[in-house]
Amino acid sequence: MAAVTAGSGAGSGPAGSPEATGGSTGSGGWRRPHGPLQRYYGPSTAEAAEAAPDPTDINGPHFDPEVFMTKVRNECPLGQLLAREAALGREIRALDSDMQTLLYENYNKFISATDTIRKMKVDFRHMEAEMDDLAANMAAISASSARVSAALQDRHRRGAQLAGVQALLRKLQALVEVPGRLRCWAGTEPARALRCHARARAVLRHYRHLPSFRAIEDESHAIMADLARRLRTRLREEKLDPKELTECVEMLLQLEEPAEELSEEFLSQAGARLEAELAALEAELPAADPSGAATTPPPPASDILDFVDRGSSAFVGTLCQLAGSYRALFGEDTGRLEPFAAALATRYFELLERRLALERGLGDTSLLVRALDRFHRRLRTLLELLPAGANAAAALVARAARERVDRYLRALQTFFLGCLGDVRQALAAPRPPGKEGPGLPDLLATLAASVLGQLKAVLAYVQLFTARDVAFASLPYFKGEFCVTAVREGLVVAFVRWLCRTARGFADGPAERGAPAAPPALLLLLARLCLDYENSTISYILTLTDEQFPPLDSGPAVTPGPALCAEARAAAQRLLDHYVQVQGAAVAQMLRKSVETRDWLGTVEPRNVRAVMKRVVEDITAIDVQVGQLFEEGVRRAQSSDSSRRAFSVYSSSRAPGRYAPSYTPSAPMDTHLLSNIQKLFSERIDIFSPVEFNKVSVLTGIIKISLKTLLECVRLRTLGRFGLQQVQVDGHYLQLYLWRFASDERVVQGLLDEVAASAAHRCLDPVPMEHSVVELICERG
Amino acid sequence: MEDDAPVIYGLEFQARALTPQTAETDAIRFLVGTQSLRYDNQIHIIDFDDENNIINKNVLLHQVGEIWHISTSPADKGVLATCYNKTSDTKVMTCAAVWRMPKELESGSHESPDDSSSNTQTLELLCHLDNTAHGNMACVMWEPMGDGKKIISLADNNILLWDLEESSAKAVLSSSAALEGKGQLKFTSGRWSPHHNCTQIATANDTTVRGWDIRSMRQIYCIENAHGQLVRDLDFNPNKQYYLASCGDDCKVKFWDTRNVTEPVKTLEEHSHWVWNVRYNHSHDQLILTGSSDSRVILSNMVSISSEPFGHMVDDDELSDQEDQHQEE
Repeated sequence: MAAVTAGSGAGSGPAGSPEATGGSTGSGGWRRPHGPLQRYYGPSTAEAAEAAPDPTDINGPHFDPEVFMTKVRNECPLGQLLAREAALGREIRALDSDMQTLLYENYNKFISATDTIRKMKVDFRHMEAEMDDLAANMAAISASSARVSAALQDRHRRGAQLAGVQALLRKLQALVEVPGRLRCWAGTEPARALRCHARARAVLRHYRHLPSFRAIEDESHAIMADLARRLRTRLREEKLDPKELTECVEMLLQLEEPAEELSEEFLSQAGARLEAELAALEAELPAADPSGAATTPPPPASDILDFVDRGSSAFVGTLCQLAGSYRALFGEDTGRLEPFAAALATRYFELLERRLALERGLGDTSLLVRALDRFHRRLRTLLELLPAGANAAAALVARAARERVDRYLRALQTFFLGCLGDVRQALAAPRPPGKEGPGLPDLLATLAASVLGQLKAVLAYVQLFTARDVAFASLPYFKGEFCVTAVREGLVVAFVRWLCRTARGFADGPAERGAPAAPPALLLLLARLCLDYENSTISYILTLTDEQFPPLDSGPAVTPGPALCAEARAAAQRLLDHYVQVQGAAVAQMLRKSVETRDWLGTVEPRNVRAVMKRVVEDITAIDVQVGQLFEEGVRRAQSSDSSRRAFSVYSSSRAPGRYAPSYTPSAPMDTHLLSNIQKLFSERIDIFSPVEFNKVSVLTGIIKISLKTLLECVRLRTLGRFGLQQVQVDGHYLQLYLWRFASDERVVQGLLDEVAASAAHRCLDPVPMEHSVVELICERG
Repeated sequence: MEDDAPVIYGLEFQARALTPQTAETDAIRFLVGTQSLRYDNQIHIIDFDDENNIINKNVLLHQVGEIWHISTSPADKGVLATCYNKTSDTKVMTCAAVWRMPKELESGSHESPDDSSSNTQTLELLCHLDNTAHGNMACVMWEPMGDGKKIISLADNNILLWDLEESSAKAVLSSSAALEGKGQLKFTSGRWSPHHNCTQIATANDTTVRGWDIRSMRQIYCIENAHGQLVRDLDFNPNKQYYLASCGDDCKVKFWDTRNVTEPVKTLEEHSHWVWNVRYNHSHDQLILTGSSDSRVILSNMVSISSEPFGHMVDDDELSDQEDQHQEE
């Protein structure tokens, strides 16, 4: 192609063309001429088609020297012609030398090729002669072979005939031998005898019209009948293992014994065997005690896993095997098998149930779960046979799980009661003087933490029932109902409810009759516990449960958390109210006794605050400390800075004169009463035993209200002398001084004490109140 | 209930004692005894005319002292007994006496034309119940359904059975019993059972309710800790044997079957302070009235434990409506 370019571009310079050609091949110098040569001998057709015939192309196939010469002569100047001529001369020389080189290179090869061809011509001629020889030999061989076979044909036919007769004779011999063999094998190897008989039977039956065959047949029949009889006896009498049993029945079937009868026999034999298995299992159980569990049965000899293992491998295995054999033997018609298996399986379930009932203790749940798992797995094979058993088995497992959960609930309850017992003991324990026992907050924290911990532990145990690797966990019951009904409702919710109920029980129950009442501190502690449950613990527990046992959307309705919280709150409220009442009653009792036993008429002029009032203040202070340990402070109504002083002075100076003045005329009492009644109407009504809020101030207010109302009612039942009134005045002031700070609204204290004073004045024969300054002096002196 | 306006009657003094006129079967009549330390005390005879919805009253002077308890004879409309405080300078003694009211007041309704203060009449003293040896009288009970000849009084820790002789002019102590025990025991109240031929009474002391047979003067049952705190009052169901209501400082009203005293038959917790009194309605025993120092009187309808538990009453509605009556004591 480079040459074409050179040719067409002759004007650009004739000297360039060979250079360009060399450049385009780009290889060693000695190869240079190959390009043009190759093109000369066989230019590619594609190239030829592409390039239009160009007679001026010196390298092209259509080169026309005349045209070229004319063209060159016409177009080129002389100098260029000379140069071209020189170039062409050079080129021609180079081509000649190349041709010579090629010739030399290939000369030897031509020579040897010529030699070889010549040699071949000679060899072929020799071979042809040998081939002719061979053909002649072959023809001779085939002719003689035909001769031999023709000679042997007759012999061969006779031989074959003889062999056939011999085979027949051998068969006959075998048939004749059949009874003997049968007799020989019937005793020891009945299976072999059967095979033998089976083989012979068809023939015998076919040729039974021949007397000799019939004799054989009869004899073998007799033997086989005998065998059948023996087999049946064996079937009936001996204890066969399932394999033997199957074999035995199989043989009998082959003997064409009636299948109906055999299947019955088979089942009864199998039944006996399975019964034995069950009996072995039952032997491990303590005898059923119809009179009730008067004595706790001794702990079972083996653990539940072992029991289930044995039950599964022995009973279930045998049952499966027998059922499989039955199907193989009597076909798919299981009308008889199913009730049989169902009855046995039911008994097995019963046994297992009884065994499970023995698992009274909490024991090892993982063991139980594994046992149930194994039971369930093993049973699955059986269930293919006995679909009806599936429900029973699932129900059994579910019952066992449920039972276990119930036990856990009871254990939790026991645990909680134990904790409560500990708390009570800690509360009641005598404390060495100067040394504080564990504080209420500590006790509460311990109680709450241990109960919660126990609950978590129980949840973890119960979770074993729904573990992924446990087969029965995939039952719909364990996915849905178990999580919701058994665990969430039956365990967690029931426990929280029970806890609330138990706590409430301390407030509702035996406080009055019989059993010793719970110490107030315990009431307070439980109130706080219930309140904590309402605030956080319940939601925490429920969240935890729902995480571990995710409920199904379509599952049965669950108790919502708020309902539980409300219960807990109600319990807390009830407990706290009861605490207030108990503490209030204790203080009130003290006050009542002190008022009732004193001679108010003949008493001397007061010099001191009565000791009981100091005691009251001390007790209430102690209660304040106790409540403060567990409950927040709460809010008070705003107070004036000097409240105590102002409050009481109202009563003793500004209001009192109107009451006690001797202007007590026959028409007057109505007026004063009216006045006080109207005042009462407008002051806030005080509910004495009203519910309190969950804070210290409210609790203390409740207790103080109860105490002071008692004081009021008791004073009203007495008749007082002048000094009696004054003593009440002193006591009242003292209480006012020390109690207002505990109450949420000092006006409550003040109002009640005012009523006490007014009632005392009313019940006084000689109502002359003490100077307020003196009252203050006495109170300050303490 | 009809929409009658409430009928209000004001007393001059505070009062704690109130009783129906037991012997009166037709009219609705109550006796109220007042308490005043400084003025003459009075017994108000209050006659409620439910047809005209008005009240008639008469006032009798009771000059010996303030009245803590009052009861009327079941046989004689004019006879009543009071427990009253006799106050000296250094001592208060509660005594009991049987009185007769003036003849014309027996059947009430004679509204004196003038103001009551101008012509107050005085009770005629029939006899004192001599308690010098026994202590303060807490209450006097008449034999229910009797002829008005037998009364029992509770004095501190003694039960005293008196026979009234010579048309009540003389009280003879016929038998007595004392409650023994540690501490200072004191009866707070008692009731005479209308059942069993009137041979039983019930008493309350502290938190305990006791039953006594008055023929032998022996205790026949004892309800320990009937209430958490002091028992204030008792009443027998008039139509149902063995049934007893009690009330007390624990704000509760309890109903007992005296044959089984371990548990109350029922407990009411309606009041918010001490319950001072409890009374059955005499004919409709499902109706219970209780009074409390929470300033409430509550009427409860307890059909389930009444003598007609299946409700022959026309009024099946909840009868227990709370009347917020202010009760000044």
